Amino acid sequence: MKHVLAVIVENKPGALTRVSGLFSRRGFNIENIAVGETITPGISRMTITVEGDEKLIEQVIKQLHKLINVIKVNNLSSEPSVMRELMLIKVKAEVGNRSDIQQIVETFRGKVVDVSPDSMVIEVTGDEGKMEAIKMLLEHFGILEIVRTGKVALLRGPKVTREN
Amino acid sequence: MKKKMIKGAAMILEALEKEKVELIFGFPGGAVLPLYNQLYDAPIKHLLVRHEQAAVHAADGYARVTGKPGVVFATSGPGATNLVTGIANAYMDSVPLVLITGQVAKSFIGTDAFQEADITGITLPVTKHNYLVRNIEELPSILSEAFYIASTGRRGPVLIDVPKDVFDQEAPFEYSVECSITGYNPTYEGHAGQISRAVKAIRDAKKPVIFGGGGLIRSEASEALRELAERARIPVILSLMGLGAYPGEGELFLGMPGMHGSVTANYALTEADLIIAAGVRFDDRVTGKLDSFASNAKIIHIDIDPAEIGKNVTIDVPIVGDVKLVLEELLRKLRPGSTAKWLQQIEAWQNAYPMPAGSPDRSDLLKPQYVIRELSRLSERDAIVATDVGQHQMWAAQHFIVNGPRNFITSGGLGTMGYGFPAAIGAKLAAPGKRVICITGDGSFQMNIQELATAVHNNIDLTIAVINNNYLGMVRQWQEIFYEKRYSHTSMEGSPDFVKIAEAFGAKGLRAATDREATEAIKQAFGEHGPFLIDFTVDPEENVYPMVAPNHPINDILIGGERI
Repeated sequence: MKHVLAVIVENKPGALTRVSGLFSRRGFNIENIAVGETITPGISRMTITVEGDEKLIEQVIKQLHKLINVIKVNNLSSEPSVMRELMLIKVKAEVGNRSDIQQIVETFRGKVVDVSPDSMVIEVTGDEGKMEAIKMLLEHFGILEIVRTGKVALLRGPKVTREN
Repeated sequence: MKKKMIKGAAMILEALEKEKVELIFGFPGGAVLPLYNQLYDAPIKHLLVRHEQAAVHAADGYARVTGKPGVVFATSGPGATNLVTGIANAYMDSVPLVLITGQVAKSFIGTDAFQEADITGITLPVTKHNYLVRNIEELPSILSEAFYIASTGRRGPVLIDVPKDVFDQEAPFEYSVECSITGYNPTYEGHAGQISRAVKAIRDAKKPVIFGGGGLIRSEASEALRELAERARIPVILSLMGLGAYPGEGELFLGMPGMHGSVTANYALTEADLIIAAGVRFDDRVTGKLDSFASNAKIIHIDIDPAEIGKNVTIDVPIVGDVKLVLEELLRKLRPGSTAKWLQQIEAWQNAYPMPAGSPDRSDLLKPQYVIRELSRLSERDAIVATDVGQHQMWAAQHFIVNGPRNFITSGGLGTMGYGFPAAIGAKLAAPGKRVICITGDGSFQMNIQELATAVHNNIDLTIAVINNNYLGMVRQWQEIFYEKRYSHTSMEGSPDFVKIAEAFGAKGLRAATDREATEAIKQAFGEHGPFLIDFTVDPEENVYPMVAPNHPINDILIGGERI
């Protein structure tokens, strides 16, 4: 099963290396990782998607806690949460099929953010299923390039994952 | 009032003084010149080794004996990388160390400058934490955090990499031994509910055993352990790291478990209905085949590191906390069960399977087991033993009677050949009044043999017992048993005459090849001052038994090539 972990870390040099290094040396697989600032200066939040059974995830969380720079770890998959990812897709687009592409983009509530004579760049956010669905539909036109941010997530409701 | 400004190098030495550090282990070099310059007229002592690896091992031996962090200085680049094995060794065995390395000046970092190595990157997986000092202002708090992290919770090595220019920069110095770190809050008190469950499990158990490890020694839990064992009449098994936490002569002691453990310890773990595991981590050398390990037992696991609980075996009663505090709490609520019948069974095993004294083959040769037993007997079972790694280490664990905590110093987790001799030097400096014996092998000793110079120069009273079978004995044993005696590169042919080597360094030495010579040599060595080496020429093909083949159930035991 896939687990999404919110990891609150002190924004110290090497903190990201410590976390990613831990995953590789303990043989845990990171599916994706997204890092960014929080509302507290000096504190960053990593969202890490990792595949494994309950026992493995428990060990991942405990090992993360042992890192001095890690302040808090929360398994967002064990509670209702909102998960999103942003993807930019560059597709081949000629004058003849632009409106077909446009239609797909609208269906998925995406945005066209760049147009050139031979290509379009589309921005889409959502969960994994949505990403896969739009990708599949656009493949037909020819996908030139894809970039994804990795998943970010928040718990539903007023509960927060913060450093204190 | 304006605060006094001092240099980085001076800050380090002042911090060491505030942390009550009495001795530094180190080796100078270009990037630490300003630090060593500061050390030149500082009151603190420094032991100059001959290789940086020996500095870490010596500091590690010192830390294991005193319980205080061992402190190491080394230069940038090769000085720092030479520390790595020693750091990994300390990390695996949870030994508190603070290591201060020089780094090239800040402006040179990342340019492949002379003697530059990214030591914080290299040691990331083998330190509890590490720091690269980026500016002088953060140095005081880093020093304070390093000592705090190294010596609290599950102890471990912390490295501070200091660029050369930072040693010379000035800043105000304010130092606090106490510190608090947001992301670091070890749990010391055990959970009351879990402790109650443990109490109930102990009361109900018919066949309980205590299985203790290095955590007992780190947390000074020997007294509590003894009281628990004796009040509840529960037999005690100690891992290699735990030897000495309960007296080796204690009536309830069953020995070490696992691959070269006693038959009784392995049978007891297999048959037990309750295991009280304290400060152990269920290493593969202990558990053997995991699915058949202690399959009849409920397991209580007490450990300060939550990540150890449930890592290898499934735990019924997890208790995160300081082993000593948890055991003391357990004792306040203890309701002993009835174990008399179980103890009878254990006694029967002990009578049927004593620790084998050596194979009957080649009985005219000196047996290594005899040597260890004589060392134990003649030191009146009150010595600190530091071992290297291999057959001699296992014989020492089996046959030397370790009666007190911090008396058996060995590389448990990493299995580092070359550890024993420098660790013995550190141990002797930590406990000048105690007899210290380094039990080593002809292979291991050659990995840090240069430290004879350190030992001689500092006139360290030390008996170096080289169990010389002219083989990398443990590897040869595996080749004999698992690889059809194809002794690929395990002969130590070409080794020097160790007695002459000792003499060339200015130490004394003797060779012993018979029982009588061995006994006489040990008696003589114990009466001498300074380092004294005995080269014991032992049966070259003696094997360590009992033995459990890797990944076999621990009750599937070989003695002398026969399955019992």
